[in-house]
Amino acid sequence: MLILECPYCGVKAEETELSPGGEAHLKRFGPGSSDDEFEAYMFARKNPKGVHCERWRHAYGCGKWFLAARCTATLEVFGTYLAQTAEPPAEIVEKIKAKRPEWKGYS
Amino acid sequence: MKRYSVFAIAREALNHHQGWERAWKSPLPKASYDAIIIGAGGHGLATAYYLGKNHGIRNVAIIEKGWLGGGNTGRNTTIIRSNYLQDPSAALYEKARSLYETLSQELNYNIMFSPRGLLMLAQTHHEVRGYLRTVHANNLQGVATEWITPERVKQLVPIINIDGPRYPILGALYQARGGTARHDAVAWGYARACSDMGMDIIQQCEVTGIRSENGRVTGVETTKGYIGTKKLGIVVAGHSGQVADMAGFRLPVESMALQALVSEPIKPCMDVVVMANTVHGYMSQSDKGEMVIGGGTDGFNNYTQRGSFHHIEETLRALVETFPMISRLKMLRQWGGIVDMTGDRSPIISKTPLGNCFINCGWGTGGFKAIPGSGWAMADLMARGEPGPLAAEFDMWRFREGRFIDESVAAGVAH
Repeated sequence: MLILECPYCGVKAEETELSPGGEAHLKRFGPGSSDDEFEAYMFARKNPKGVHCERWRHAYGCGKWFLAARCTATLEVFGTYLAQTAEPPAEIVEKIKAKRPEWKGYS
Repeated sequence: MKRYSVFAIAREALNHHQGWERAWKSPLPKASYDAIIIGAGGHGLATAYYLGKNHGIRNVAIIEKGWLGGGNTGRNTTIIRSNYLQDPSAALYEKARSLYETLSQELNYNIMFSPRGLLMLAQTHHEVRGYLRTVHANNLQGVATEWITPERVKQLVPIINIDGPRYPILGALYQARGGTARHDAVAWGYARACSDMGMDIIQQCEVTGIRSENGRVTGVETTKGYIGTKKLGIVVAGHSGQVADMAGFRLPVESMALQALVSEPIKPCMDVVVMANTVHGYMSQSDKGEMVIGGGTDGFNNYTQRGSFHHIEETLRALVETFPMISRLKMLRQWGGIVDMTGDRSPIISKTPLGNCFINCGWGTGGFKAIPGSGWAMADLMARGEPGPLAAEFDMWRFREGRFIDESVAAGVAH
């Protein structure tokens, strides 16, 4: 069972307490953007077999959105961090690189 | 290829069964082919079969990372139906269902197609309205379905509880020609027919890269060396994103785990397929007597081919309320498959940014029922380079252009 620590309330929550929200750090495009950019933002997903930065909500806890770095091939969790973060924090990137040297970044 | 028949059984019985030949060959790859299909599951093999049969393209290799039919083809709950709401889906799934009717004879391989009837239970008033709409749509599409009352449901499924406290049965969408088939046999039957046409099925051969020049694919790098090709078909279900990444484009697809489980075998008690979409559970009885049970997908990206434990609990809790007699049944096995989900829950059969590369993916939780129709449409697309009427609406650019074939609203969860 997947267990993620909510970075807001510190609770180690198992997945029935959480709701998944898909890929994190998507660059938003709106009016004035090209069709390609808007399509990529709306629909195209990295869907990696490996490290995935993703959104979760502590739905049956504090109710807040947070982000997690997790391996989709092994379910290993590298860490969780605040939603108000434009890219994964340095210590999580370091942790990922130590365990997955071939990792090419989150985008 | 020696044909299977009652005479063959008699001949072999007298011959100590020494004369059965291998169902398909396992050759080494040639230097190049007219077409390569990545993925020897049901959809990939059906694509190859119809390329040979309908279009005369037989210099074909089907490349498989693991073993033939070892992915979702061998992991589903074998349900076949075509009661979809949207016209393009109904056309495609009904084509598949109608091909299943005669597939055993056509392939000379018993796929055990059993059109035993399929019920989709309505357990909320919202579902009643939704399924009535689907019945009317199906009647216009030429797909034979009907709306039946709770009493008729009870007649068809004596073990069902139609007046449960939380989710009473308010009626059902009934497709009398829906049913099940032997999933492995579908892959094996197509594989045998492809091999007989001279196609190469290359197992234990993983594609590690796709070579292209001037926007056209020239070949694939594999663990058994480089293989050149004039056309490439990507038919790899859960790993579509991985292979698309090698080809240099992204898909509107996310891979998730879907689970199924079977009970210990019991005497025949239910001779139709029952789906309960409100509570995320569906059940049928296999010829061995096991109750075959499927549930919902996990909501997060996952490639592990095993699902979350709480989904099993939720599925069984719902089914026990609907079928009280299964409450003491022991479950024998549980497994997961990686399904490729699109936003509108409809598949992609499409050209790609690379000129001679085509993709068939996004079948999500309901690919098995579509295998023959999917192969038919994909072969048409690969042979002519343009989609035929079946695949026309299913291109990958429909998302960008807002032409969704929205079955997520129409079908609830189960596909």
